Amino acid sequence: MSDFLQRFGRFWLGTVERLGRATLFLAQLMGGVFSLIKRPSLLWKQLHASGVMTLSIVLVSGLFVGMVLALQAFNTLIDFGQENRVGSLVALTLVRELGPVVTGLLFAGRAGSAMTAEIGLMKATEQLSGLEMMAVDPFKRVFAPRFLAGVIALPMLAAMFSAIGVLGGHLIGVEVLGVDKGAYWSLMQNSVSFTSDVCNGLIKGLVFGFVVSWIAIFEGADCIPTSEGVSSATTRTVVYSSLAILGLDFLLTAVMF
Amino acid sequence: MTPDTAMPEDGPTLVQIRDLHFSRGSKRIFRGLSVDIPRGKVTTILGPSGTGKTTLLKMIGGQLRASKGSIIVDGLEVGKLKRGQLYELRKRMGMLFQSGALLTDLSVFENVAYPLREHTDMPEALISHLVLMRLHAVGLRGARDLSPAELSGGMARRAALARALVFDPMMIMYDEPFTGQDPISMGVLLELISTVNTALGLTSLMVSHDLEEAMSISDYLVIISAGVVVETGSPDELRASTSEWVQQFLQGRPDGPVPFQAAAPNYETELLGESSASR
Repeated sequence: MSDFLQRFGRFWLGTVERLGRATLFLAQLMGGVFSLIKRPSLLWKQLHASGVMTLSIVLVSGLFVGMVLALQAFNTLIDFGQENRVGSLVALTLVRELGPVVTGLLFAGRAGSAMTAEIGLMKATEQLSGLEMMAVDPFKRVFAPRFLAGVIALPMLAAMFSAIGVLGGHLIGVEVLGVDKGAYWSLMQNSVSFTSDVCNGLIKGLVFGFVVSWIAIFEGADCIPTSEGVSSATTRTVVYSSLAILGLDFLLTAVMF
Repeated sequence: MTPDTAMPEDGPTLVQIRDLHFSRGSKRIFRGLSVDIPRGKVTTILGPSGTGKTTLLKMIGGQLRASKGSIIVDGLEVGKLKRGQLYELRKRMGMLFQSGALLTDLSVFENVAYPLREHTDMPEALISHLVLMRLHAVGLRGARDLSPAELSGGMARRAALARALVFDPMMIMYDEPFTGQDPISMGVLLELISTVNTALGLTSLMVSHDLEEAMSISDYLVIISAGVVVETGSPDELRASTSEWVQQFLQGRPDGPVPFQAAAPNYETELLGESSASR
C-alpha cells in the first residue's frame, strides 16, 4: 500500500513539476515572440514549414470529410423530407466543430510531431547548446518563430478545411445526390452566422494552434537528448495535443454555443 | 604542487575556478574543485569518463550553474551575470562541441557567417571576406557550399572551429576534439589548435581523453577525478609525477587508485547469500 502511495505521489509531483516547467517555458516563449518584429523572415520560413506543408493533407481530408458528411446528412434528412438542408448541416458541422478539431489533430500529427522531432534532434546534436554559446537565444531564433507560425497557421488551415469540406458536400449533395443547388447554398447562408459560427470556429483554431505549438516545442526542448528520448517526446506531442484539442473543444463549445 | 589550489606557473589567469560544487540528481560531480586556467596557453583537462570534464566547460560557458563556489572568466563571475551580460561574455568565447553542433539547415558558409549575421550589421561583402578567410584557415574554403550532412566528422569539426573563430574570441573551449578521428584528421586538428592559439593569441581550454595528442600541444595539464583536481603541471611534470593515480591514468592501467570494479556489495555475499557471511 505504501509502495502504491509512494508511486502515486511521485507521479503527481513529477506531473506538477513538469507543468510548472512548461509554464515557465511558455513565459519565455512569449518574450521571444516580440523579437520576431525585427526578424519577420524567421516567421515566414516557419509558416511555410508548418502551414503550407500541412495544406495538402488538410485539403484532401477536408474534401473527404465534407463528402462523407453530405452523404450521411442526405441519408438521414431524406426520411424527413429535409434533404435540401444538407448544405446547412455540412457547413455548421464543419465550421463549428470538425474544421478546427480535425485540422488541429492533423496539424498535431504532421507539423507538431515534426517540430518536436526537429527541436529534439537539435538538442541531441548540441545545436541548441551551440546557439547559446554563440550568444544566440534559442527562444528568439528557434522556438518563437515555430510557435507563432503554429498559432497563425492553424486557424487559417481550419478555415480552408471547412471551405473545401463545403465544396466536397456540394459535390456529393448537389452533383451526385441531386439536392437543389440554390437550396444548398441559400439555406447554408441563412443558417451560418459569421460572428457566432465562423468567428468562433476560427477562435477554436487559434486556441488549438496555441496549445499544439506550445506542447510540440516544449516536448522537443525538454526531451532526453537521445534517439529514444526524441521518439518518446514526439509520441507525447501527438497524444497530449490530441487530448488537449478534444478536451478544450468541449470547454469552448460549452462556452461559445 | 597542491592539487586543489593549483596555480599556473606563469602569466595572468583568464579563468579562475574556486571551491566548485555541482551535482546531477544524487550524483556529486564536483566537490570543491579549484583550478586556474592561464591566459594565452593551451590547457587540457584530463580525467576518466564521467568525471565532469564537459560539464566543467558548460559551467565556464554559463550553461550550467554551480551549487556552490565561483567561476571567474576575465574578471567576471559567470554565475552572477545577468542574461545579457552572459551573452556579451559568450561573444568573446568560442566553443567547439564534440559533434561540431553545426546548424543542419545551413551550408558551411552560412554556418560560419551565422554569428556575424546575428550580432553585427556588417555588409555582405565584408561578411563574405571574413568567412572565406576563416574557412581558408581551416582548409575548407572549397567546401563552403556543402551542407553539414555532406561533411566528414573531421571536416565538421574544422567548420565548427572556423565558426568559433569568426568572432575573434579571447578563448576557445574544445570538447573532445580528437574523438573518433582518423590519424590524418587528428593531425590536422592538432596543427590547427596549436597554430590558431599562437597566431591569434587565444587561450585554449581543451577536454580530451587522447593523452599523447593532448600532451603534445598542451602547455598545461589538469587531471581531475572524483570531483577534484588530482594533479596539474606541464606535460613533463606530469610524466615525472610519482602519484599512483597519475601514473595509472597516463599508463592506462586497468586497476589502481581508480578501481576496475564499480562500487558493489560483497561479491561472495551477493553470489552465495547472507548465509555465506555467517560461516
